[in-house]
Amino acid sequence: MGMTMTQKILASHAGLKEVKAGQFIEADLDIVLANDITGPVAIKEFRKMGAESIFDKNKVALIPDHFTPNKDIKAAEQSKVLRQFAVEQNIENYFEVGEMGIEHVLLPEKGLVVAGDAVIGADSHTCTYGALGAFSTGIGSTDMAAGMARGKAWFKVPSAIKFELVGKPSKWVSGKDVILHIIGMIGVDGALYKSMEFMGSGLKHLSMDDRFTMANMAIEAGAKNGIFLVDEKTEEYMKEHKNKNKAFKKKIKKYEPDQDAVYDETFVIDLSKIRLTISFPHLPENTKTIDEAGNIKIDQVIIGSCTNGRMEDMKIAAKILKGKKAAKNMRLIIIPGTQDIYLECVKNGYAEIFIKAGAVFSTPTCGPCLGGHMGILAAGERAVATTNRNFVGRMGHVDSEVYLASPAVAAASAVAGKIAGPEDL
Amino acid sequence: MGKVFKYGENVDTDVIIPARHLLTTDPDALAKHCMEDIDAEFADKVREGDIIVAGKNFGCGSSREHAPIAIKASGVSCVIAPTFARIFYRNSLNTGMPILESEEAVQKINAGDEVEVNLKTGEIKNITKGETYQAEPFPEFIQGLIDNNGLVNYTNQKLKEDE
Ligand code: SF4
Repeated sequence: MGMTMTQKILASHAGLKEVKAGQFIEADLDIVLANDITGPVAIKEFRKMGAESIFDKNKVALIPDHFTPNKDIKAAEQSKVLRQFAVEQNIENYFEVGEMGIEHVLLPEKGLVVAGDAVIGADSHTCTYGALGAFSTGIGSTDMAAGMARGKAWFKVPSAIKFELVGKPSKWVSGKDVILHIIGMIGVDGALYKSMEFMGSGLKHLSMDDRFTMANMAIEAGAKNGIFLVDEKTEEYMKEHKNKNKAFKKKIKKYEPDQDAVYDETFVIDLSKIRLTISFPHLPENTKTIDEAGNIKIDQVIIGSCTNGRMEDMKIAAKILKGKKAAKNMRLIIIPGTQDIYLECVKNGYAEIFIKAGAVFSTPTCGPCLGGHMGILAAGERAVATTNRNFVGRMGHVDSEVYLASPAVAAASAVAGKIAGPEDL
Repeated sequence: MGKVFKYGENVDTDVIIPARHLLTTDPDALAKHCMEDIDAEFADKVREGDIIVAGKNFGCGSSREHAPIAIKASGVSCVIAPTFARIFYRNSLNTGMPILESEEAVQKINAGDEVEVNLKTGEIKNITKGETYQAEPFPEFIQGLIDNNGLVNYTNQKLKEDE
């Protein structure tokens, strides 16, 4: 029986010729990742397991990104646990504030994940690397601990849903709109336990940054992973983002689904028909197109996060904000995903555009995305955010609201003071 | 046996334990804020052995293991739902927080019912209503993890074998 892309990667990492959906396997891991929230728990469990050293000092990545630069004493203590463990274990890929970025933006940028890899991360958005044609999935701290100790994880081989992308997206429509549209269509458990596999002739019209955004939000449909077919754009990206560590040679492996691969369902998505899309509170599946949004006044706009804190997102925001001002009493907060993106924004003038538009432009952090710091909402306040979750209380008070949207909609909304698209300005 | 707290569909990890409380890994400190964004009284009312019954996709959202840890530390003996979000499912099994999947149990059990579960057989007894429901049995591999008392012991065993 034919295998999906995900099944092929899992089979090869389990040392098996073939795997079937539902089968339990133990797979070798190429990267094991944690952050300042999940890392300390994982380190505690690692010790409980009786483990003394990590399986490979090049294959564990620890990134303090959630509450950093440390927002308070407790956050500082958590980061300290991470740092001390990194020193103790001689971990190559520990990224201190100053070279840090949001984990899922940073790892691909550093070339730490490539096509064909199997990756686990103690963070649900680890599924982001599927954009590169890797199998990557979020797990908890105990799985992370076991992964650090043995370089292995248990998996139930998932079945899959195929998304055949056709057509070309119209102006301003981005990967964010495509994935919000899909989640609106299949629901927040529409792909529960499954892989979402993206392919088709429309793929060539989606940039790598679009694909990262889409794979990132596979978890918001309940999926185990999202994965894209590797094409020239993927290869070009991997060439430009080679890992600099000579001791750590990555092998790129491209997997295509077998002709007779079994998919539970196939959806044909015509990209040309997708409109700017917004998720209303309090679930990512509550989507409306920009024309259906109505008159929603907002207090804050966040542009950033592992979903939309990449260079292309900054570029779109700059294009819309150039020469404009955020509406009166609007808090506009723009947070680039990594130091490299931050620097690029400074060099090419985006930083100036943002600041002149009245934005706060900060160092990389998850910050407000999870209601951590750097832009928390009060009761009754509303935000448009390029993040990925709009659950109750996600960005602050339980009576606040988050509307998920693309950078284009977020930037336009900041100027308009209400939910708006770039064409409305 | 325990009393049932009942919630709707898609109960997410942000309401189980909001991120603003993730500055600790201490189970008891986490338990104090368990479920507070959908049920402010939960932490006060819950007693040792009580059971959470909820709609589909329980535990969706983040990978924070603090979620099953908080529920377990609050005294809850089992969570019953038709389906669980996959990371929460793994985390529960890995940390020894009992869960059972049963659509029927969720439909028929009311808040406040007295319920007894048998994790080995998957049998759910509703004492208040005098009914019994059958949950999906765990696959063999998972049962092995449970018998091993979770992934920590399992990995400890494996590390010894690897040597
Ligand atoms: S940016 Fe938000 S979703 Fe992404 S890793 Fe950080 S907290 Fe999680």
